[in-house]
Amino acid sequence: MRALSIIRAAGAETCHPWPRHILRTPDWAAMAQALPEDPALCLVALWADTVQVHALLHVVGAERIVLASVSVEAGGYPALSPARPGAAWFERTIHDLYGHRAEGGIDSRPWLDHGTWPHAAPLSARPPPLEHPAESPSFLPAVDEGVASLPIGPVTGTLDDAFHLRLGLHGEAIAQAEARLGYLHRGIPALLRGKAPRTAARFVARLAADATVAHALAFAQAAEAALAVTVPPRAVALRRMMLECERIAVHLDDLAMIGAAVGASGVAAACAEPREHLLRGLEQAFGHRLMMDCVVPGGLAATVGPAELQALRRGIGAVAAALPGLRRRLEASACLPRLTGLGTVPPALAETLALGGVAGRASGRRWDARLLRGLDGFVPALERAGDAAARTRLRVMEIVGSLDLLAQLLDFVPEGEMSVALPMVSGEGVACVEAARGDVWHWLRLDHGQIAAAFPRDPGWALWPAMEAALHGAAAEETLAILRSFGLVAAGVDL
Amino acid sequence: MIGRFWKPRAADPLPPPDEDTTRSLLERLDSAAQMRLGRSLALLHVNGGSCGGCEMELRALRGVLYDLERFGLRFVTAPAQADVLLVTGALTRTLRVALEQAWDATPDPKWVVAVGDCAVDGGVFKGSYAILGGAGAVVPVDLTISGCPPSPVRLLSGLRALLEANAR
Repeated sequence: MRALSIIRAAGAETCHPWPRHILRTPDWAAMAQALPEDPALCLVALWADTVQVHALLHVVGAERIVLASVSVEAGGYPALSPARPGAAWFERTIHDLYGHRAEGGIDSRPWLDHGTWPHAAPLSARPPPLEHPAESPSFLPAVDEGVASLPIGPVTGTLDDAFHLRLGLHGEAIAQAEARLGYLHRGIPALLRGKAPRTAARFVARLAADATVAHALAFAQAAEAALAVTVPPRAVALRRMMLECERIAVHLDDLAMIGAAVGASGVAAACAEPREHLLRGLEQAFGHRLMMDCVVPGGLAATVGPAELQALRRGIGAVAAALPGLRRRLEASACLPRLTGLGTVPPALAETLALGGVAGRASGRRWDARLLRGLDGFVPALERAGDAAARTRLRVMEIVGSLDLLAQLLDFVPEGEMSVALPMVSGEGVACVEAARGDVWHWLRLDHGQIAAAFPRDPGWALWPAMEAALHGAAAEETLAILRSFGLVAAGVDL
Repeated sequence: MIGRFWKPRAADPLPPPDEDTTRSLLERLDSAAQMRLGRSLALLHVNGGSCGGCEMELRALRGVLYDLERFGLRFVTAPAQADVLLVTGALTRTLRVALEQAWDATPDPKWVVAVGDCAVDGGVFKGSYAILGGAGAVVPVDLTISGCPPSPVRLLSGLRALLEANAR
């Protein structure tokens, strides 16, 4: 763990609950060079503010979390992508938003900036004038001459996110797959700056709707850590319930889409119905079907009384009642045999990309943000095969797990306040929450109660590259089933 | 044997379509369109920079409990087959061309529905450098369905108003 000792040796700034070490540029470069020796040290996120670049690293198993920063000198910093290919998208994003160059990076093509914004590097301290009309990002050249190119998106008509996927086909087999995102960039990092956490929470809740509770919660916890605020126990318990409800709803939606992709319409219907009943219960309990804007820094925005809790119980009860039927249908249909061996993610790739959530655990990576705190004796379900069938089975297992957790949580709901006021002070915090697709991280720095800098790390940063790799060698007609098995969402990555 | 165990799923009863919306749409519809479209509409979803919430509710609409097809509304995957473009999202600058191309490729007569607060006027993202502020910035919008995201019931009442206006 040479890289880890280099980081630890550097001085640290206060960031709750993990300090952020400030490395000199030569030390950062040495750390980057030492990274290949430590495959267990996963790069979770790489982001920037106007003067520094920050990295969040994580050792799975030990649950050791380290933050490191380096100052940007002469517009550049040593790249991490040679050691961690997953860093390439982060480095391209940092360049497009702030203009900081990753020196020695493996990919310097634009990413979020498709050449349509009014100015380049919109978040830099002094946005440079737009000298030339920028071009939209190019794709990698074809691996060899016999490859036919098949573009998919951004308008797919599949009630989905906007993305562009370019497949290189060798006959029926996929020889090359490259995703281009950035279409959904709404400028959220810029909208967060200068706002109070409560105001900014509205944007955070709309990063990605399938993880609206998870993003809002991780953001709220980061702000609460930064400001040393303790949330009332009633809000803590309800937040956990909302997170598990969101997980069930998203898993059911994903299972329905997987079922539809392989022609198992019975599975799709068996998922859609309980999901709808759950969503109606959530609307009665929290005032919003997706629980958007319900979690705010300091607590909860909703008032939840006995009648609301009863509605929540009814919604959860509908899922519990429908689950045996869903499992039966899944086993009776050709769904799982069809998905076996499709889109396999080997454990080493999952490790390199810091792949979390269902996709990571399907490849045997024992990491779930719920292990970090609060849940004693929690054991995440694991699979080894790493294929689409494993991911599908895990989703069903996780619904069962979430129902168990909800039963425990609903057993005793503490009484008391729903939220506390936030002090207008300065501080820095980071927090992690397990969403349905994987681990959501939020980092933010507050200056007298206003956001000076913030970064949300969506699980999509690891899922999309994993999907690209998993498509290699698959038949073109299996593309949709493989995409669905990852539960891909672009909005959270596009910011 | 099977008949004894099979019972048709009861889809949810729904409120009637919104009368004011129906009337306002009716005024905009020319008779040629009525002739050609008849009493069914093909819907194409175009993502204009959404967070995914509107898409989730559109998917729910397609599910068993709302059963969109009983009203003659169905989703298609190509502009050439579409009568109606359902545009979601604040319309990012990057997706402008995609929406323009989808609109150009959709045969006349066609409708554009702005689905969700973002597609109506940019919603919470108003003022961002990266957005144009809703579908109306690029294509003529015939109907807006507000909400963040609009619930399936709300979506359905808006779409049924379109259908009613179309059939009268």
